[in-house]
Amino acid sequence: MKKIIEVKDLVTQFGETVIHDGVCLHIDEGEIYGILGESGSGKSLLMKEMIMLLAPTSGEITVLGSRLSQIDYNEAQMLRQQWGVLFQFGALFTSLTVAENIELQLKEYTHIDLKMRNEIIKTKISMVGLPVRAGGLYPSELSGGMIKRAALARALAMDPKLLFLDEPISGLDPIGARNFDSLIKELRDLLGITVVMITHDLESIYSTVDRFSVLADKRVVAEGNLENVLQSDHPFIEKFFKNDYVEKRLDQRVGRNVQ
Amino acid sequence: MNEEYLRIEQNHDHIKIVSLGEWTLYHEPQIFRALKKIIPDKKIIWDLSGIKSFDSSGVMLFSTYFEQFKKRCEVEIVGYTPKQERMYLLLQKNRATESIPIRHENFFERIGKNTAASYNEFVQYLEFSGHVVSAFLYYLKYPKNFRYKEIIYHIRLSGMNAILIIALTSFLVGLVISYQSAVQLAKFGADLFIVDMASISITRELGPLVTAIVIAGRSGSAYTAQIGAMKITEEISAMRTMGFDPFYFLVLPRVIALMIALPLLIFLADMIGIFGSMFAAGLELNISYAQFIDRLQEVLEAKHFWIGIIKGPFFAVLIAMIGCFRGFQVTNDTESIGAQTTASVVNSIFFVIACDAIFSVILTEWDI
Ligand SMILES: Nc1ncnc2c1ncn2[C@@H]1O[C@H](COP(=O)(O)OP(=O)(O)O)[C@@H](O)[C@H]1O
Ligand SMILES: [Mg+2]
Repeated sequence: MKKIIEVKDLVTQFGETVIHDGVCLHIDEGEIYGILGESGSGKSLLMKEMIMLLAPTSGEITVLGSRLSQIDYNEAQMLRQQWGVLFQFGALFTSLTVAENIELQLKEYTHIDLKMRNEIIKTKISMVGLPVRAGGLYPSELSGGMIKRAALARALAMDPKLLFLDEPISGLDPIGARNFDSLIKELRDLLGITVVMITHDLESIYSTVDRFSVLADKRVVAEGNLENVLQSDHPFIEKFFKNDYVEKRLDQRVGRNVQ
Repeated sequence: MNEEYLRIEQNHDHIKIVSLGEWTLYHEPQIFRALKKIIPDKKIIWDLSGIKSFDSSGVMLFSTYFEQFKKRCEVEIVGYTPKQERMYLLLQKNRATESIPIRHENFFERIGKNTAASYNEFVQYLEFSGHVVSAFLYYLKYPKNFRYKEIIYHIRLSGMNAILIIALTSFLVGLVISYQSAVQLAKFGADLFIVDMASISITRELGPLVTAIVIAGRSGSAYTAQIGAMKITEEISAMRTMGFDPFYFLVLPRVIALMIALPLLIFLADMIGIFGSMFAAGLELNISYAQFIDRLQEVLEAKHFWIGIIKGPFFAVLIAMIGCFRGFQVTNDTESIGAQTTASVVNSIFFVIACDAIFSVILTEWDI
């Protein structure tokens, strides 16, 4: 299996504050990879380092075969066209409508004609569960959940090989969240994209994520699929997965499988 | 670069289309051109088995032409993979016939809208001023509620931190004034009158104006940007729900702070401006500092100085109120912060100059 992303001995520091201290993980081609951790454990920062928004204090990140510490400008620009990013708070351009937000990269980097471009935009808007007329609205006219969806449509605009999602389903209703999950899974199956997803959502972890890592104590305390992670007895994992609520859910799932 | 995406075989009873290579975003225009050439006059057999990779735009291109051909003749698709079919179905499910609304405004609509908006803004500004005045009166009635800490903070931010730039600007203004007039006065041998001219014009007009313009550019714009950003992040809504009236917490401290700081800054500008002209007079006309100061005490009546200082609070109210008002006018997008900040500086400089003109007229009428 090809490694799409590899993070080695990553250290992140702001002055005296150490956020990451020796984070190691790798993400394989075609998998949906989750990053889990308490608020403030450095998940978003880790993602920002993977997408070259922030240079790590030390350590090495390799994305699609490029070592980020030694990358030159042209290579970096090439890399940026191959991924799509959904930011935690959407980060839509407020002076553009939703449709224009989605169109931006298509217009800049490809030569697709207007009519076809419009078709693509409309399909993407409807794929993420927005009504087509929402394409004419400005971000200030959207609700929180709609912003998330529009931001996903923008991230998907270029059919990227690699998709970074920072808490994509927080703020969505449960039905919307499940549709979101199944869309991500369907796209992965059909187009073979790799998805890196920061999430707190147990249902996503059970049903969508293939492998994930848990960030705690400034490093990755467990990595792998659900079974692997559950074998760890780190306090955060105990707290997150081994409480009454989760155990009941797990039993239900097992029960359903037996039937 | 001349890759082949489509091979077309004309047979006697059907056309065979073979799709090849990468049907993706970056190759779409080439594929599109090749597809456009096909004239569907016979049965079409479309073979997809040569496609190496595809993405949603490739599949959408396929389905667009598939639909088009289907209307004209019989089409048979062969050699597709289950993945391609699922992608086709996923996209087909989300194809929409309705189009994205585009908001157009014609010229007259724009004029009408802008006129109405200007009128509304004016009414809102009056409302805002009324609110500030009533909040101020409330303060006077219950001075316990004065937000001293915020006021002091803003005096430091917009007053003390501006000392250097105001000193520099007024020094240069004083210097330039007497440098320019020195040449003219020397022609008449009226060298010493430079003191009358410079000192009166600086204390009465130039000191207050220069200070107000610098502060409008420096603090008025900052007020707009701060309050505007707070509005976008909904901090102002949060304050309101907690019962913190933004007029008491944001507007009045800024207005009062500027009312205190501006006269003091004008005083500073007067001193430094006169020093600047004294410096230039020494260089150009050989008037010694002692001579200059002697003459200054003779000609500069206290009233000129006081008129300049009195203008301070008036200018301050204008600048701070316009700055804050423009901040509250910011809507939910980043572009409007820029627009409102520009408007804030332009409006406040204009109204400062207009206010100064009114002062001139009234004082002249009263013979002061
Ligand atoms: N620019 C910064 N300067 C200092 N500390 C920061 C900065 N950005 C983030 N942090 C800190 O790093 C930690 C991780 O942040 P983040 O990755 O956003 O958390 P999360 O895991 O919730 O996404 C937080 O404790 C935050 O306070
Ligand atoms: Mg985060």
